[in-house]
Amino acid sequence: MSKIEKVFQILKTKEEGALIGYLTAGDPNPKITPLLANSLIRGGVDILELGIPFSDPIADGPTIQAASLRALKAGTTPNQVLEIAGEIKKKQKIPIVILTYYNPIFRMGLENFFRLSKKYGVDGVVVPDLPIEEAHKYLETSKKYGVDTIFFATPSTSEQRLMKIIKSSSGFLYLVSQFGVTGTRETLQNSTVELIKKILPKTTNQIPLAVGFGVSKPEHVKLIVETGAEGVIVGSAFVNIIEKNQKNINKMLGLIEDLAYKLKESTKGDP
Amino acid sequence: MSKYPIDGKYGKYGGRFVPEVLMAAITELEEAYSSFKNDTDFKNDLKYYLADYAGRPTSLYYAENLTKKIGGAKIYLKREDLAHGGAHKINNTIGQALLAKRMGKKRIIAETGAGQHGVATAMACAVLGLKAEIYMGVEDIRRQKLNMFRMELLGAKVHPVKSGSKTLKDAINEALRDWVTNIESTYYLIGSVVGPHPYPMIVRDFQNVIGNELKKQFLLKEKKLPDALVACVGGGSNAIGTFHPFAENLDVKLFGVEAAGKGIKSGKHAASLGAGFEGIFHGMLTYVLQDKEGQIQNTHSISAGLDYPGVGPEHAFLKALKRAQYKTATDKEAVDAFCLLSQEEGIIPALESSHALAFAIKIARKMNKDKTVVVTLSGRGDKDVEEVANYLREKNE
Ligand SMILES: Cc1ncc(COP(=O)(O)O)c(C=O)c1O
Repeated sequence: MSKIEKVFQILKTKEEGALIGYLTAGDPNPKITPLLANSLIRGGVDILELGIPFSDPIADGPTIQAASLRALKAGTTPNQVLEIAGEIKKKQKIPIVILTYYNPIFRMGLENFFRLSKKYGVDGVVVPDLPIEEAHKYLETSKKYGVDTIFFATPSTSEQRLMKIIKSSSGFLYLVSQFGVTGTRETLQNSTVELIKKILPKTTNQIPLAVGFGVSKPEHVKLIVETGAEGVIVGSAFVNIIEKNQKNINKMLGLIEDLAYKLKESTKGDP
Repeated sequence: MSKYPIDGKYGKYGGRFVPEVLMAAITELEEAYSSFKNDTDFKNDLKYYLADYAGRPTSLYYAENLTKKIGGAKIYLKREDLAHGGAHKINNTIGQALLAKRMGKKRIIAETGAGQHGVATAMACAVLGLKAEIYMGVEDIRRQKLNMFRMELLGAKVHPVKSGSKTLKDAINEALRDWVTNIESTYYLIGSVVGPHPYPMIVRDFQNVIGNELKKQFLLKEKKLPDALVACVGGGSNAIGTFHPFAENLDVKLFGVEAAGKGIKSGKHAASLGAGFEGIFHGMLTYVLQDKEGQIQNTHSISAGLDYPGVGPEHAFLKALKRAQYKTATDKEAVDAFCLLSQEEGIIPALESSHALAFAIKIARKMNKDKTVVVTLSGRGDKDVEEVANYLREKNE
């Protein structure tokens, strides 16, 4: 069982959902990323997701687009992001997932990318523009290095596809809550709850289900976990804090920790 | 060659590297296209609109004055500048808009760089009763203000794109973001032979009309096939439409011409095949202008229509097979050709097409008088007059 799956298993015995916290690595600069990671972990995040900034992030809304630009302006490279993961791993046991568009991996070479991921202790990889049909060699290489491959299910994924996606997935399955790009949303749609209910019977006892895109408030987290999903992914809500507090790093770190704490509490259900 | 793509790929190029949420839409599109493309009603509709609305066939014109001036091979022009809207873009937009209509999609989105594809989309949607929304980078809006007004006049809504480099690639990004959000109601009408499968195939099929007409017209005039075909390559749609019907005529040399901007060495260019590396961009595996970390680079060309850091996967394949050769022309060479054709033939070519013309002149000069070269004149240059005036003014200062 992989480290990521173990985290889900332990949380299950505690009747908690997993809080997966996302940051674009290198935003606002590479030195601050480990500090932000510490704040997330202190707040209670169970799995850390680090994004490799990309020039053309087509699945992301304005918040993460801007974060990618800040990180790239600060000179952040894919290698550096993997090194940052390694640095965090030296002191923390938390599983780390890398999120990246496919071209940086392709340019680095699959072999090289997974070799370095392994070296720096990366536990899983998510690639928003790599559907299972194009992932043959990617899967082969990830297996060789023992890194989990997290794929997406969406409101438009047919049952037949879903079964294939589950087969290719390890760590957890990433459920996109609704049509659209990443970004904070005021309310969770009813359709998201329906979607979770539809997907759960297929994933139960197969792979943990984590829900992301638009999840930004404690009440969203509570509802998703109550509906039965095993985890939530929160990104833009954290990135917004970074964007607004670039001039005051201490405040930024404090607010990140506070939000992580509130979100984590909401994964715990009612005592 | 006609059997490609196989399973969405041209050799190793192409594919469908898109977010999972788009997979259902892409599959739906592929199925709809394969069921309609051989449907008699669909084919008749397409034929009707291409003929009576878009003004096809466009002529194949022997540029006698230019030929005499150059003093080498005979130069012919395939006059896509005479198609409705002033460019080859209408061949594709009419085809895809008819397809969208049959699929029951009422909202059409598209990206545009120079504005030509946006205008052609707005036209097709106006005549077919569809709603068009066009994404255009604010940098391109600045360069091509009139085209923005043309689109609005034709009833389209223009969304200015402020993200990234604010040009064509960012307009595509924004259109893709719209598509993932409104996937059920919306048809994405892409403007070149780029993007995930089946787009490069669908756009090629609709642009093949260029090469198919050209072949018949040329045989009628010269009783043989041309020695060389030359077309400019942005995304590569007018070039593929020209080349594809000749792919198996191995005696016909194929030349694609990319924008060398201020020179390849300056780094300010848009020559993806000439100076790029294999990569994954906008849903396809192809040649991409990118840095060593895989970040997509900004491009430069005097012609907004060639200002794109990727290229259609079928061109990557033709390059690998050595079936086509890919060359470049600089801003300056394009402007020189632009002025020369205007003066010699009374035809103002689009700056994009002027790149093809510049290279064709270079090779025609070295060829015998009994040889023939056909240049696809992908569009007319009225839209570029101001840009060229500025360029010449700056040069003379
Ligand atoms: C006149 C003209 N030619 C060529 C192009 C380049 O596109 P493609 O390479 O797809 O033919 C454009 C694009 O805007 C254009 O307007």
